[in-house]
Amino acid sequence: MSGRESAPPGSGAEWEDHRVLKSLLGAWALAACSAEESAAVEAHLLRCAPCADEAHRLREAVGLLHPEDNLDLDPTLRSRVLESCLDRRAPRVPVPEWATPYDAETSRLDALLRDMAEDEWRAPVRLRWFDARGSGRGRVEERETSVARVIGHLLAVDGIVAAALGLPDPLGLPDPLGLPADAGGPVARTEAYWRTLAREPGPREVRDLWREQTHATVRTASFAASEGPDEAAETAERPVSYGGFTLPLRDAFLDRAFECWTHAADIAEAVAYPYDPPSSAHLARLVDLAARQLPATIAVRRREGLAAPPRLAPADAPGRTLHLEVEGSGGGDWYIPLDSPQAAVSHHEHVAHVALDGLEFCQLAAGHVQPEDAAAGQDGDREAIRDVLFAAASLSRL
Amino acid sequence: MANDTPTRWDRKMQQRLVRGEAAALGELYDRFGPLVHSLAHRALGGAGGSFGEDPVDRVTKDVFAQLWEHPEAYDPRHGPLRSWLADATRQAAERRLRSRQSGSPPRTPLEAERAEQKVRAASAAARADYIVGSMPASLRAALELAYFQRQDYRQAARRLGVTEDEARRRLRLGLQLLSTAVPEGPAAPPRRDGAPGQRR
Repeated sequence: MSGRESAPPGSGAEWEDHRVLKSLLGAWALAACSAEESAAVEAHLLRCAPCADEAHRLREAVGLLHPEDNLDLDPTLRSRVLESCLDRRAPRVPVPEWATPYDAETSRLDALLRDMAEDEWRAPVRLRWFDARGSGRGRVEERETSVARVIGHLLAVDGIVAAALGLPDPLGLPDPLGLPADAGGPVARTEAYWRTLAREPGPREVRDLWREQTHATVRTASFAASEGPDEAAETAERPVSYGGFTLPLRDAFLDRAFECWTHAADIAEAVAYPYDPPSSAHLARLVDLAARQLPATIAVRRREGLAAPPRLAPADAPGRTLHLEVEGSGGGDWYIPLDSPQAAVSHHEHVAHVALDGLEFCQLAAGHVQPEDAAAGQDGDREAIRDVLFAAASLSRL
Repeated sequence: MANDTPTRWDRKMQQRLVRGEAAALGELYDRFGPLVHSLAHRALGGAGGSFGEDPVDRVTKDVFAQLWEHPEAYDPRHGPLRSWLADATRQAAERRLRSRQSGSPPRTPLEAERAEQKVRAASAAARADYIVGSMPASLRAALELAYFQRQDYRQAARRLGVTEDEARRRLRLGLQLLSTAVPEGPAAPPRRDGAPGQRR
């Protein structure tokens, strides 16, 4: 690189000067030497053509240095890039459709974490969920924790899905509760994981563990589902036990996408970053999952004495139905059977109509708003409306 | 600035792309999307703002599609994936700039010269990013301290735990490497001005 070693004019002392000053050219070009050194270099440049030439080139090079562009990458660009790739060459191992919201949401959270400065990892994060047994009719509970612990929480609960796919338990614990991995529900697993942390996990450490696992689950599900049509169906329907309830794998992936988004938004709020909702196609699937879970949730609440008793309909007649209308992004119409999850629903006759915005519905299902306070248009049987709104809030967990 | 690339990751990624794994494509984008996008943005800098799809997004799409369609075009034995993508981005941006010019050809020799200068400057900028990304970490760290953290070479030497001689050597060598990004001939205008000077 320093090939231009033509001898400078003059004596041995000048040669020594030349050698020293030449070594300073980089520091000089970057304005990273003392005033005396700088003046000496500049005096030398007037007399030494090779050094003047190099000095010019190095100054020009400094002009090419620039801070890494920290542009906010448009979150929709990822899906547009992937789509245009897959259009041009069809994948042999596609990501199952039901796993794409999880793939997208984990990617968005990862990008948020990547942009966060070290000290922002210490920001307190406020987690909220609806506790059905809370004072009176149940209330939104709150708990403050750290970013690293929130990621640990996602890691611990995602581990249920990982285990269903035959992946190792992410907690690195042979058996955190003395039970198989799928027997501990989300909260138990999270508490167990937090207990094992002797100290606050480092940002890098916990982010890497979580990210590795999200990649592995998407990848494993993709392979399992692309072996053939039967395997695809078997994979989608494979039961995933959350302790108290079971979801088919395709819904468990949606559930995890929903929770990833919810907690990513919690973290973004803690560090005052903007955070968009999922794309409307993905949001629609998340809303649909929550709406589909409502009838069973009403039934559970009823058994616990938290919902109104059923009204028995004559055999073969449709039971009472509530029309849930979700507006805006991710919206649609759902008809919720009120008396039994198995009851037929009527699309024409319903005892009540509830209309609310898609994001508001998700806020409710995330346990972030008190059911009585949800901004919902209501019309019809008040008891039925109350049961549905409370059931939606009861879908939330830590 | 860039990390040294784990070549094992690169190799596995290339194999997964050859296999046609869509999940690998997502992982690839997550790792290199910001890099490709910011290089494209810089290479096309000031030239954007046309109607229709954002040209920077277009280039980003083209670069990933190129690798996804022909993953065998990247040979891990010849260097890190990061560098390959940076190079592909530079070329895609250059093609883009040239095709835009052929869409509305310059009317005067002066306009033609300006347009050509723009392409050269963009390509020098992208090459510079590429060089910074692939130079030895020791040189990159020295430049980082002197330029971005405004440390003089003595402070940099202490921070790096090397002699002052060595710090000077690294700064000079790093800039020499970087200067190879500037094409011979009429030089691209420096992007940052301000006379060199001293700091106490």
